[in-house]
Amino acid sequence: MRYAMVIDTLKCVGCSDCVVACQTENNVPHGYCRDWITEAVSGSYPSVELELRSDRCNHCDNAPCVRCCPTGASHIVEGGIVLVTGDECIGCGACIESCPYDARYQHPDGYVDKCTFCHHRLEKGQLPACVSVCPTKCMYFGDLDNPNSEVFQLLKNRKHKTLAPEAGTKPHVFYLI
Amino acid sequence: MQEELFTSGRNIPNIDPSLEIWHWPISVYLFLGGLAAGLLLFAAVVTILGKDKDYPTTVKYASMLPPVALSLGLMALVYDLTHPLYTWQLYTTIRLESPMSWGAWVLLVTTPLSFLWVFSYYSELFPKWNLKFDFLKKFEQFLKKNRKNMAYALVPLSIILGVYTGILLSAFNARPLWNNAILGPLFLTSGLSTGAATIILLAKSAKERHLFSKIDLALIIIELGLIVHMIMGMYAGSEVQLDAMNLLIGGEFTLMFFGFVVILGLIVPGILEALEIKGYKIPVAVPAILILIGGLIFRFVMVEAGQITRYLY
Repeated sequence: MRYAMVIDTLKCVGCSDCVVACQTENNVPHGYCRDWITEAVSGSYPSVELELRSDRCNHCDNAPCVRCCPTGASHIVEGGIVLVTGDECIGCGACIESCPYDARYQHPDGYVDKCTFCHHRLEKGQLPACVSVCPTKCMYFGDLDNPNSEVFQLLKNRKHKTLAPEAGTKPHVFYLI
Repeated sequence: MQEELFTSGRNIPNIDPSLEIWHWPISVYLFLGGLAAGLLLFAAVVTILGKDKDYPTTVKYASMLPPVALSLGLMALVYDLTHPLYTWQLYTTIRLESPMSWGAWVLLVTTPLSFLWVFSYYSELFPKWNLKFDFLKKFEQFLKKNRKNMAYALVPLSIILGVYTGILLSAFNARPLWNNAILGPLFLTSGLSTGAATIILLAKSAKERHLFSKIDLALIIIELGLIVHMIMGMYAGSEVQLDAMNLLIGGEFTLMFFGFVVILGLIVPGILEALEIKGYKIPVAVPAILILIGGLIFRFVMVEAGQITRYLY
């Protein structure tokens, strides 16, 4: 079992519905967020390209945040999901410094917080909040080890990328391009 | 036509625009930790070589500083945590992959040992203050007898302490300025150099000052070599490393790095110490103070600039 998220950048319109859904679902404190919309413009006029996508913790296979954590608060659970145990976190910031995606933030209560792939919803058989609300259905979630899963099929048939592959983190969030 | 890639729309006021998780206490701690490591290593080596009578400042007077430096450094570290009451969680696990974890364990052993070291010299350091209790007197005698054993323990511990301050940063592959293997030896050398400078400042005998001027000069040359090595390594690196290097060369940290760290903090004191060794009359306090200030600014530059560098995707 390896959970993965696949996001179709050709379908994302950057509405931020996923961001608001996550903030509501996970009670994210005001001014912070666990996911966000990135607008990347590239090329030179007149051939300019705009990519819109929803970014978050990449739940890396080779997670530098887990490696650097001195207390074991950052850890990987079944399915390859990276979680933080708030009670074990001392707020040293090592994981924040080590994340190439800058996906973590200091919760005002002191511990470090970030996307959990809505672990509590997965346990109930539900999809992550961001995936379930996406109005253009550009986000997919499933098991990368299951050849029949939607995510497996999409990655098999469509051109895709991961973010900052040169950082060597082996992310579990994929972008269709 | 200019090719452009820019990313916008990350509107997260409490996270962006820049990652400033570590503030001044971290730089101060890295400086104090390196300084303590240097002083403890010199005291231990001089003791092991049996030269403690010849170099009293190194083994006795200057080694009163590491307990203070480590205690202040630890306070700075805890102050910078956002969950300081949970600090004990550091000692519920040993995580070899995390430099911060083994740094915490090394500090747990080294800090009390540095206090015991000073206590073993109590009667000599404070001849007017008698120990009131018999068991304390016995304990001091016991420590005095085992000073060499403490020195044997302090050699590896102080080296790990000095190296770890650099490896702590270099383990973060997300920050290209930090993510190079030179940082460990570079921070160790810089820490030893600040330790030597402190001994030069405090030493009363010309013999002791002279020896540590020589040691410091050698350390300065090694440190300059390591800095060149670091810059060349990044120059040969990927784009993110080139961007990181540009912060130090031609970027916003150039004056701080080349002006205060390399020139005023290493080259100028190096020349002054070389002249002093040659026999010219140089007030030794000048190069020593320059080294200490340069060492402190070096930590500030590395911590601040490193947090700006990141992967762009």
